[in-house]
Amino acid sequence: MKRFFSRYSPLQIAIHLYAWSTIARLIIEAVMGTLSVNPIQEFEQRTGRQALTLLVLSLACTPISTIFKWTEPIKRRRTLGLYAFMYAVIHAIIFVDLDYGLAWSLIAKTILQKPYILVGMLSFLLLTPLAFTSFDIWKRRLGKNWKRLHQLVYFIAPLVILHYAWSKKGNIFLLQGDIVRPFVYGLIIAVFLIFRIPAIRKSLASFSPRQLTLLLKRNQHPKADTP
Amino acid sequence: MSHLYKSVPVRSSEITPKQVYLSRRDFMKAATLATSAALLAACAPSVTAQPQDAGPVPTSNATDELGDMVNTYSDITTYNNYYEFSTDKQSVASLAKDFKTTPWTVEVGGLVNKPKTYGVEDLLKLFPPEERIYRLRCVEAWSMVIPWEGFMLSKLLKAVEPTSDAKYVRFETLLDKKQMPGTSSPFYPWPYQEGLRLDEAMNDLTILATGLYGEDLPAQDGGPIRLVVPWKYGFKSIKAIIKIELTSEQPATMWSSIAPNEYGFYANVNPGVDHPRWSQVSERRIGEISRRGTLLFNGYGDQVAHLYDGMDLTKNY
Repeated sequence: MKRFFSRYSPLQIAIHLYAWSTIARLIIEAVMGTLSVNPIQEFEQRTGRQALTLLVLSLACTPISTIFKWTEPIKRRRTLGLYAFMYAVIHAIIFVDLDYGLAWSLIAKTILQKPYILVGMLSFLLLTPLAFTSFDIWKRRLGKNWKRLHQLVYFIAPLVILHYAWSKKGNIFLLQGDIVRPFVYGLIIAVFLIFRIPAIRKSLASFSPRQLTLLLKRNQHPKADTP
Repeated sequence: MSHLYKSVPVRSSEITPKQVYLSRRDFMKAATLATSAALLAACAPSVTAQPQDAGPVPTSNATDELGDMVNTYSDITTYNNYYEFSTDKQSVASLAKDFKTTPWTVEVGGLVNKPKTYGVEDLLKLFPPEERIYRLRCVEAWSMVIPWEGFMLSKLLKAVEPTSDAKYVRFETLLDKKQMPGTSSPFYPWPYQEGLRLDEAMNDLTILATGLYGEDLPAQDGGPIRLVVPWKYGFKSIKAIIKIELTSEQPATMWSSIAPNEYGFYANVNPGVDHPRWSQVSERRIGEISRRGTLLFNGYGDQVAHLYDGMDLTKNY
């Protein structure tokens, strides 16, 4: 047990537990029979949402490391990204197999009629090379191009938001309808992407954790004064 | 009840082309074969699950006129698309648990000679409900077969005597932020409203439902009184009605005011009309694993196709 904890950091353990939790919950709920009367839709939607959540978390690593001068998240980026891809694969398999029963002509027709599925497929296709080249050997082999390739994720993440928002009843651009979740995800991604703009990144990097705690203390001060 | 509906010739353009109809069969064959057995087993318990706290659950072996079994009481009462309560279909039943359905009145007015506000109990006395087993097809591409109790809307409309100017019927849902937590969301133009053309409203298939499985219509299904228009997508069948108004102009409807290019006024079930985002070619019947082909007018073409003679259904979606 002691050896286990010395080998894996708390963050690592948390990431693995969190990543598998969706599958675990789906299986438990399927067995208990609490997965609604439309279980295939539940499988499809929850695996999709988990893929997006993990993708967002992988985008959070760099800004967190920059702001808090804590390097560990950078090391976990790959794990998060690969888990996101794993859920995307499951999500896609559920769509073509469970949902559409591998009826390819119908699937083709559906894809052409539903732009949100087209967008989802596109983001899945773009994510695939990133997953396959995420290992060190490819990092070395691709050199400078590796980073360029993996910056594709800045394009994929908004694409996934579009896929999510379009799958809901409503209009995200007019802020009308069932858009709260895709909107919140979109906002978080936007913030994480803005943090990557060089000028903003630089000012965030110069902002030390010490300054941050001082700032927080100063803000809390008036409250502490009043009994 | 089939004696009520006279058969109407269907225009050849509205009959599903043979090739589509055959490919639908191929698809269903393939779908059944391909579905993976392991996940099938994993899904099975939830399909037959019953709510834990419910008393005796009504059951029925009845089928619709096409021979498909009605959905279980728990299917119909635990999976509800009712945004006034929640966008999560499984949460609606518990959020609507304490919804007050009595006393309840429905104001019927607008372009009529005899406007009147009816209590639901008056309506039940005036127009004794009968069972109607209808398919319900949601725009999200799932469907159920539901044994409603209700009365023909035409009976109520005849009683209030629409004037010659009346061309449309507008319906409105209760808006009560205290009882309906979903209506606090600023992203919808509440209250929910819907509309029908007068001849659609007068069609024998169009009912106001007040019951389900021989019991009072549960709040989560739109109780105490809702519209059921079985040849249109589910969102046309407005729930918890407090107002019915006859108008000369086509009324605004909630979904078409949010996204006019996606939700038309007519919203007839039609596998041939491409929705900008959703494919309507197939659907999943709740309780079944594989998809089935969607029928034009949800299979009610004989009774309603004539309403749209000479109309371009791709433009009037």
